[in-house]
Amino acid sequence: MQEKISTSPIFNIVSRILFAPIIIFGLYVQFHGDYGPGGGFQAGVIIAAAFILYSMIFGLKNGETLVPVKINRYLMCVGVLLYAGVGLVSLFLNGKYLDYNVLSSDPSGGQHLGIILVELGVGITVATVMIALYHSFASFGDSND
Amino acid sequence: MNFLIDDAPALVVILPLIVSAIIAFIPSSRWPWIISMITLIGHLFISFELLSMVKKTGVILYEFGNWQPPWGIAFKIDGVNIGLQIIFSIFVLITTFYSRKIFLSEIHPDDTGKTYSLWLLAIGSLNGIILTNDIFNLFVFLEISALSSISLIALGAGMNRRALLAAFNYLIIGAIGATFYVIGVGFAYSMTGTLNMSDLVVQLSQYSSGQLAIFAGMSFMLIGLMVKSAVFPLHLWLPAAYSYAPSAVSTLFAALATKAILYFFVRLIYEVFRIYDHYLVIFLDYVLMPLSVTAIFVGTVIAIYQEDIKKLLAFSSIAQIGYITLAFSLNEQSGITAGFIHIFNHALIKGGLFMAIGYFAIVSQDRVTLSSISGYGQKYPITSFALLICGVSLIGIPLTNGFVSKLYLFQALYFNQMFITIALVAISSALAVIYFWKIIERLWFSTTTVKVAPEDPAIYIPLWIIAISIIVFGIFSAPIIELATMASSDLFGAISN
Repeated sequence: MQEKISTSPIFNIVSRILFAPIIIFGLYVQFHGDYGPGGGFQAGVIIAAAFILYSMIFGLKNGETLVPVKINRYLMCVGVLLYAGVGLVSLFLNGKYLDYNVLSSDPSGGQHLGIILVELGVGITVATVMIALYHSFASFGDSND
Repeated sequence: MNFLIDDAPALVVILPLIVSAIIAFIPSSRWPWIISMITLIGHLFISFELLSMVKKTGVILYEFGNWQPPWGIAFKIDGVNIGLQIIFSIFVLITTFYSRKIFLSEIHPDDTGKTYSLWLLAIGSLNGIILTNDIFNLFVFLEISALSSISLIALGAGMNRRALLAAFNYLIIGAIGATFYVIGVGFAYSMTGTLNMSDLVVQLSQYSSGQLAIFAGMSFMLIGLMVKSAVFPLHLWLPAAYSYAPSAVSTLFAALATKAILYFFVRLIYEVFRIYDHYLVIFLDYVLMPLSVTAIFVGTVIAIYQEDIKKLLAFSSIAQIGYITLAFSLNEQSGITAGFIHIFNHALIKGGLFMAIGYFAIVSQDRVTLSSISGYGQKYPITSFALLICGVSLIGIPLTNGFVSKLYLFQALYFNQMFITIALVAISSALAVIYFWKIIERLWFSTTTVKVAPEDPAIYIPLWIIAISIIVFGIFSAPIIELATMASSDLFGAISN
C-alpha cells in the first residue's frame, strides 16, 4: 500500500512547531505530578500524542524510524520494572513494599523520590503502549492490500 | 534473608508479575518456560512459608507502602484464603510444567516469551484476588486477570479461529461483569467512605437497619462477581472460552480462575454483608440456591449432548460450579466447608481432565470429539487411565476425592433438612455418569484395534501427579478437610466476634 503522506506545507510546519512544546508540556505534567495535578498516566498520553501526531503527518514509516518498534517494546517493560524495582529497593532497605520513606534519610524526601520514580515508570509505559497501539492499528490495513 | 519472610505476602503476588515483565521479550522458546518454573517453585516455597506463619499467628496483615489499612491497600491472609493459596500455588506449578509441550505444539515458537509473560501475569493477578483485603484493589486484579486471560484464550486462534470470537465474547461479558462490580463498589464507597473490607464491616454497622443504596451496591457487586465466576445463567462466556483456548490455558482457568473469584464471592457475602441477615437470606434462598440447582441440571444435561469433549468438560464445569455455590448458599458452617472442599477437589479433577484431553488434542492436531478418540484407550493407555481416574472422581465414586466432596455436600444438605435437594443432587450425579460413560465407551469399547503409541512423559508425569493425588486425597482426605474447615471456621468465627 502506498502510504498517504501529507504534502501540505501548513500541516508540515505546524506539526514541526507543535512537536517540541507538546513534549515539554508532557514533561512538565510528568515532573509536576507530586505538587499539582498531573502524573505519569496523563504525561505518558501527552508525550505519546506528540509522536502520534508526527506519525500522522509524516507517515507511519517515518514514525517507526523515530520510535523503533523494538526499542518501544523494551521501554514498555522498562517502565513496569522501574515501578516494581522501586518497590523492591524499599524491601531491601527494610521497608514494606513501595514504602518510600526508607528511600532517603529524610522521610519526606523519600516520598518525593519514590513517587517521582514510580510516576516516571508509569509515564514510560503509558507513552510506549499508546505509541504501540497507534502503530499496530495504523499498520492494520497493510496486510490486506 | 529476614526481609523475605516479613514480606512474603507481597512477594507471592509481585514475584510472578515482575518476572512476567522480564520474560516478555526473551526470544528463545525454552528459557521463558525455565524461568517461569523457577519463579513458581519460589512461589510455592513462599506459600508454604505463609501457611506456617498463619498457623502461628492466625492472621497476617500486610500494608503496602506502610500506609495503615483504612487508607492504604492491605493484603490479609488468614485461614479463609491460605488453603486456596496452597492449592493454587501447587497447581500452577504442575500446570506450568505441563504447559511446555502444549504451547510448543499449539502456538508459534516466537510467541513463547509473550505467552509465558501473559501466563505469569494471569497467575499473579489471580493470586492477588485470593489475598487482597481491599474491594477496589480486587477490581484491579480482576481486570488484569481478565485481560491476560483474554489474550491467552485468543492464542488458541492458531488452532481454531473461533478462539477469537470466544475471547471477544469473554471481553465484552467480562467487562460488563467488572462494571457491575465497580458500580457496586462505588455505592459502598459513597455510603461508607472506605474500601478496606475489615473497615467496611465496621462502617456498615451504622446502616444496620438497612439502606437502599447499600443494598443496590451489594446487589451490583454480587451480580458482577457471579458473571465473572460463571454462575448459571451468567455463564455464557465460559464454554467457548474454555474450549477454544490452548489446552494448557483451559487447564489453568478451569481449575483456578473461577474458583479464586468464587472464594471472594463467599467472603464478601459472609464477612462483609453479614449484618444484613434478612437480605442475605433472601439472596441465598431465592436467588443463589435455585440458580445453583438449575446450573447443576442444565450444565449436566447440555454436557450429555456435546460432541466436542472440551465443550463437554466446560459445561460439566458449569454444573460443578453449581455444586459449589449450592454448598455456599446454605448459610451455615458445614455448607461453607463442603463448598471449599469441592473448590479444592474440583480444581484437581477438572485440571486433570483438561490435561488429558489437551494431550489428545496435540497428538491429533485437531478438535477432540467423541468420534475422534475411539480406540485411544488402547493407543495411549497411560494418559487414558489417568483420564479414567479423574472422570470417576468427577462422578463421585468412593476412594476418590470427588466422593469426599459429595459426602460433605450431602452431610451439609442433610444437616439443613433439605431432602429434596439431596435427591436432586443424587440424580444429577447419576446423569454425570452418562456423559462420562460416553467418553469411556469411545476410549476402550470401540471396535477398532490400534497399536500402543509412545506417550510423552512431559505430559503424563504432571497428569499422573494429579491422578495419584486424587486417589490419595480420596483415602486420606484429612489435609484438604483441615484446610476447608479452617476456612469455614475463620469465616464464621470472624462473625461471632
